[in-house]
Amino acid sequence: MIKFKEKLSGRIFFALALSSISVLALITVFIVVKGAPMLGAVGGLSWDPEYGEFGIIPMVIGTLAVTLGAAVIGVPVGICCAIFLAEFAPLKMRNIFRPAIQLLAGIPSVVYGFWGLMFIVPFIRDHLGGAGLSILAGSVVLAIMILPTIISISEVALLSLPPHYKTGSLALGLTHWQTIYHLMLPAAKSGIMAAVILGIGRAVGETMAVILVLGNAVAIPDSILSSVRTLTTSIGIEMGYAEGMHQEALFATGIVLFVMIMIINSLAQYVVRKK
Amino acid sequence: MKLFYKCTAAITAILLIALVSGCARLNDGVILAGSTSVQPFAEILAEEYYLLHPEKIVDVQGGGSSAGISAAQSGTADIGMSSRRLKENESALWSVEIAKDSLAIIVHPQNPVNDLTMEQLRDIYSGKIGNWSELGGHDAKIHIIAREAGSGTRSSFTDMVMGDVRISPKALIQNSNGAIRLLVADDQNAVGFISSGILDHTVKPVSLDGVLPTGENIVSGDYKLFRPFLFVCQAEPTGETKAFIDFTLSSHGQRILAGEGLIPVAKGVIEP
Repeated sequence: MIKFKEKLSGRIFFALALSSISVLALITVFIVVKGAPMLGAVGGLSWDPEYGEFGIIPMVIGTLAVTLGAAVIGVPVGICCAIFLAEFAPLKMRNIFRPAIQLLAGIPSVVYGFWGLMFIVPFIRDHLGGAGLSILAGSVVLAIMILPTIISISEVALLSLPPHYKTGSLALGLTHWQTIYHLMLPAAKSGIMAAVILGIGRAVGETMAVILVLGNAVAIPDSILSSVRTLTTSIGIEMGYAEGMHQEALFATGIVLFVMIMIINSLAQYVVRKK
Repeated sequence: MKLFYKCTAAITAILLIALVSGCARLNDGVILAGSTSVQPFAEILAEEYYLLHPEKIVDVQGGGSSAGISAAQSGTADIGMSSRRLKENESALWSVEIAKDSLAIIVHPQNPVNDLTMEQLRDIYSGKIGNWSELGGHDAKIHIIAREAGSGTRSSFTDMVMGDVRISPKALIQNSNGAIRLLVADDQNAVGFISSGILDHTVKPVSLDGVLPTGENIVSGDYKLFRPFLFVCQAEPTGETKAFIDFTLSSHGQRILAGEGLIPVAKGVIEP
């Protein structure tokens, strides 16, 4: 009887695991089947579905620009914050900071977007000019959203270094900062790289936060105050109304996005394993 | 053992496929789908209809004009709602105009520009006129705001204003009337177009060729930017579907639509 129960539970878990994998397979097949017919037609520079033009290059550029912006703002802040938490923060402060950062990860992305629309966008419009809905606004919002990912993974990378690295270095007369800069950061490099890459992956896939603050124009941007749309926002904003070739082109956009995120994620895994 | 795993796999797959394809029709009420511009009005009609005939179910869904028309074409919905005229390849469908809605061109209340010509409006949206000073306003860049491709409001605007000229790719895109109103209310240099049913004091409608989008001007036809709200069916409607359409076109239904800010199509109904 016990043996039967053991076997049964094993099978139930197997079935559940299988269903989650089949969902992944179903989604992949669905997107590819729907998008493949238009995949060849999305290489152009102009997106104007009313005129049958489905070029997604402006969206690819928009995605790269916003993601790069988010990384430029978010990565230094995130890594510094991780160093602070791992090395400098007294225990009490750490106990406040850590849950607070985890809470940051739990805020729904549409709330970030709304906050960006209400505070960042008017700030940019009043102080830097333009319509405010811009690459800069999107980058700031995304930078804040990727902070929890970057901070928690880098902190774990720093904390998991063998303690004798630090004690040895201090014993040899290096200061605390020299130890961090010359020894701990290089030693934790692969973990920190993985944190950055995963953060970037999150930024690429984020839709709801940036749909509100980017302005979603389809032109190729000429400054960080230009409005752009990313691959995700393009799908999010137009899928409701799309049909026929337009819909297929949006699925093709999904394939491009899917491939981009897969590349980013495998890069992160590669970096971690290389160590 | 292997057989068992195979069976489990097969059952899981079947269940998933059933889940995915399980969009079969369950009730036999009337289903409306389509334009998000028409949707709120159709919902009000459906509520009123329910009060009169509690035994009849009317289900209203969004999705956009094009999706609504294709849903009517395929029979997934009994009535497709459209906020644009039918295109040539859709003209075989049965359709009826339930009301008219006008598009208001809106700017920030503090924008000194009060009047535009149709040509100026076209030049603004094509990007030819890029500064408010060319129109008698402040020296500031014009931030044009449009709806997304596929929206009935956008395609009505394209038909009525743009003609063959394209809307500039630099236009900011928002995917609802409300979002455009919010942006224009916040940005002194913005211009947008919205359904005049949702105009409020936060934005200022400009007159087009000297005519403001007031109820009178729209009914008389002096204000040029109006579009039909259509109910579209696969074929001449019968039964429940016909009963609901008849209700919409009755003086009761038309009075409801007029009360919500639309221009009724039936003669003799109170003017808005």
